[in-house]
Amino acid sequence: MSKISKQQVEKVAKLARVKLSEEEVEKFSNQLDKVFGYMDILNEVDTENVEPTAQVTGLKNVMREDEIENFDNKEDLLKKTPLEVEDGQIKVMKVL
Amino acid sequence: MNLNELTIREAHDGLKAKKFSSEELTNACLRRISERNPTLNAFIEVTSDIALAQAKKVDKEGVKGMLSGIPIGIKDIFCVKGMKTTGASKILDGFSSPYDATVVGKLRSAGAVFLGRTNMDEFACGASTEHSCYGVTKNPKDSERVPGGSSGGSAAAVADNMCLAAIGTDTGGSIRQPASFCGCYGLKPTYGRVSRYGVLAMASSWDTIGPFARSAEDIAIMLEVMAGCDSRDSTTPDVAVPDYAGALHQDIKGLKIGIPKEYFGEGVEEETKNIVMQAIKGLEKKGAILKEVSLPMTKYAIAVYYISMPAELSANLARYDGVRFGLNIDDKGDDLNEYYEKVRGSGFGDEIKRRIMIGTYVLSAGYYDAYYKKAQKVRTLIIKDFGKVFDEVDVLCAPVSPFPAFKLGENLDDPLKMYMADALTIPASAAGLPALSVPCGVSAAGLPIGLQVIGRQFEEGRVLGVGF
Repeated sequence: MSKISKQQVEKVAKLARVKLSEEEVEKFSNQLDKVFGYMDILNEVDTENVEPTAQVTGLKNVMREDEIENFDNKEDLLKKTPLEVEDGQIKVMKVL
Repeated sequence: MNLNELTIREAHDGLKAKKFSSEELTNACLRRISERNPTLNAFIEVTSDIALAQAKKVDKEGVKGMLSGIPIGIKDIFCVKGMKTTGASKILDGFSSPYDATVVGKLRSAGAVFLGRTNMDEFACGASTEHSCYGVTKNPKDSERVPGGSSGGSAAAVADNMCLAAIGTDTGGSIRQPASFCGCYGLKPTYGRVSRYGVLAMASSWDTIGPFARSAEDIAIMLEVMAGCDSRDSTTPDVAVPDYAGALHQDIKGLKIGIPKEYFGEGVEEETKNIVMQAIKGLEKKGAILKEVSLPMTKYAIAVYYISMPAELSANLARYDGVRFGLNIDDKGDDLNEYYEKVRGSGFGDEIKRRIMIGTYVLSAGYYDAYYKKAQKVRTLIIKDFGKVFDEVDVLCAPVSPFPAFKLGENLDDPLKMYMADALTIPASAAGLPALSVPCGVSAAGLPIGLQVIGRQFEEGRVLGVGF
């Protein structure tokens, strides 16, 4: 049975804000189906009472003073946008 | 012998004794690059002007540390002030960083000479350097084959004597595997040993930064400069940086070496197993004690990685939205969401889109527990596996890759097959352990084979001692 339908690929692409062509939707649907089929191997492992790991060296809650450091090259940063700049701000398309 | 073929140690001694200048050394590398790069495409961009200026400065001011006046290559994933940084992705087309990554700043202060940016798989996603918007890099030992990936440009450049050393990143094998495919040394340090500040993030709980070189001693020299705690990367613990090069001459007599049987199992080519086993026997002759051990969770590592990594990648790559920097597209649309979709749709390559899709899917409502959380739990079990065997042995020795360099295009349309190239490098990444790739022989077809030495966290010194 297919795990990943074309509709699901389109939905996920929408969530990830990536425009895919018809061919890409078709291709990814097939490929991701195989990839997720392979992931089922994890169901063999008993993970009852096992804690998940996200940090491997055991460091926890590293704190620092909340101090402001000014970056003095604002002009240069604004030059990097492909969009229009107005009054030191980047002008984006309409949101609503 | 040409200057570009020297090790860092040899070049340093020569510079110090004024047998040659850093400018001459740098020019020797630049000549080699101009001869070989048109075939290999290891460098995306050669920054001759920057390199020669840095070299002349060292010649004028005198050689200080070990890296003073030494020409290196920099994977196109590090922010370098005055150079471009693109992650070999169209979406960062033309981007140049206003600051240095911490590790680049350290190398700059140490007097290293920056020859240019080396090729890689887009955003470090791949095992062959075929997923680069700048075209493929070829293996210097056989130009019909891949150099490995994702740091394939750095590995090829070092193995082919275009530079004395290079830096790369290793998330699931991206330093060790290309080092083994090209025949040079490559170290993935402990997670957090080298600051990731100013390095394009791939999978934040896995990413590490390390050196490529032509000897274990050179790796030690590079690591000593690169490592250390950084207030700008909160995952770098305050662990002292030892004298790695000084610790190399330790006696390996009595050292307990574990041989994980799963790394010599199904899917690993016989020839690879035999060559690696011979190298391990060589260590036994020097007095090391061998012991077969078992890491039963090994076979689940690929599945864990290809769930956890894309999840983190998809979150990290959300920042490439075409607003503050990057690709300029003609048809921007007139709605912000439409613009995001367009710029990301045209800026990201095939493999990146595939991994963003996997990552977004496993994090989406209804699948999080089944995939992401499950993978994190199995990761815990992989770490426990290592913990158990490191109670019995000091280091582990195994192959780096199940097979030597494969042909260009061979695995390009079969992502799952490509992912298998990481089968033996992912487990150490999952546990944040240091692991070194040591060239240990060549196949009948003349392809390099790498021995992988894995140690406990922050025991890079011991790992390098075995590789020495």
